[in-house]
Amino acid sequence: MRAYVPGYDLRVPGSLSEALALLARDPGVWQPFAGGTDLMVLLESGKLSHKRFLSLAKLEDLRGFETTADAITMGALTTYSDILKHPVLQSEFPLLCSAARETGSVATQNRGTLGGNIINASPAADSPPALLVYDAEIELVSARAVRWVPYQGFHTGYKKMQLAPDELLRAIRLPRRAKAWKQYYRKVGTRRAQAISKVCFAGAALTEAGTIRDIRIALGSIAPIVLRAVKTEAVLRNAELTPEIIAAAKETLAREISPIDDIRSTARYRLRVAQNLLEEFLSQLAR
Amino acid sequence: MVESVSKIEIECTVNGEHRRVQAYPMARLLDVLREEMHLTGTKEGCGEGECGACAVLMNGAIVNSCLVPAIEASGAEIRTIEGIASGAQLHEVQEAFLECGGAQCGICTPGMVIGAVALIERHAYPSDAEIREGLAGNLCRCTGYQKIFAAVARAVEAAGKISPEYR
Repeated sequence: MRAYVPGYDLRVPGSLSEALALLARDPGVWQPFAGGTDLMVLLESGKLSHKRFLSLAKLEDLRGFETTADAITMGALTTYSDILKHPVLQSEFPLLCSAARETGSVATQNRGTLGGNIINASPAADSPPALLVYDAEIELVSARAVRWVPYQGFHTGYKKMQLAPDELLRAIRLPRRAKAWKQYYRKVGTRRAQAISKVCFAGAALTEAGTIRDIRIALGSIAPIVLRAVKTEAVLRNAELTPEIIAAAKETLAREISPIDDIRSTARYRLRVAQNLLEEFLSQLAR
Repeated sequence: MVESVSKIEIECTVNGEHRRVQAYPMARLLDVLREEMHLTGTKEGCGEGECGACAVLMNGAIVNSCLVPAIEASGAEIRTIEGIASGAQLHEVQEAFLECGGAQCGICTPGMVIGAVALIERHAYPSDAEIREGLAGNLCRCTGYQKIFAAVARAVEAAGKISPEYR
């Protein structure tokens, strides 16, 4: 059933300080509203239980890119379309660009934001696996303080995160270390366009003469949170890419993830696909 | 449960005309266009951003108006299907839909036309793959898509946007 629209409030503060002051005054009352591509769907189906929202639309401090020799910093309101147009992201961060390209349609990519994808905290979100692989850091701001934290560890359980009620996600920073790494991204959904993931896999590795010097692997839709597969990485780090080591990595991955049956897929299918994607990634490294 | 909030004033430009309406803060742009501005060319299909029937151009970018709170359109330039033709002169996309039989029941058509206009404005020379990608957010339950694809390909040609290598 459709929601009763007059029952919802949506404030549009004109500046970050105004937004933070409102959050500080009534912690927990206002929930941030970014691109709306998830929240408006809940509204339409009558499942949006929270009633008061803070539109971030006018907060210019949450937009734009800053590129230095060491890192690229993106405002939380960076849309998927913004990501796809950025030359540094295109050349050095293909996993994030693939995630952006495969999220929804062009209309969704024009509205959906990277910050929203993080704070909505869906385990099926497509950009977080890329962010984990790239060792992203995030900037959380409140009227009290500004803090940068590693994105890994930010989500602690299904829809749970280390975000105080008076804090906003302001920016996401990616260190520019990925260029020499071999990178792999694959999303498996019901169809190619507009699907929500059954499994999403992002990987990057630094190889040297058939040996993996360093590796990052992260997956979506296979656990209550988007997961960095650190145990699987440990099996592969400094290993030679033999069939035995690939088999051992798949074995470890199976123990590390905890897929479930839900509306989009089954635990069994997800486990098999996750292992197959790992194998595909590793086979491409061997080439 | 919060009680009802008050309506607020929203000002924006729609199809080149300055408009001012009262709406609830969380009212969807789709409903404000249709019910307050009586621009009923924009259709509601799924209401959850999957089908593209409600697509409009907001500051030149295609968006699904069912997912945009009208308040976030404050100060924006909106173009709906009613603003695509120039008076009696149809847009080349509309002409091409007529010539190729790109519409049947018509519910998806306004969104398809907006999607095609956005595509042509975005790409210098859209390839066949880019046409398909550009229309991937618009669902049609009648045509099987071939005639729509043909119409957009023809519009691309009519707009002089065929890649030099195919000329």
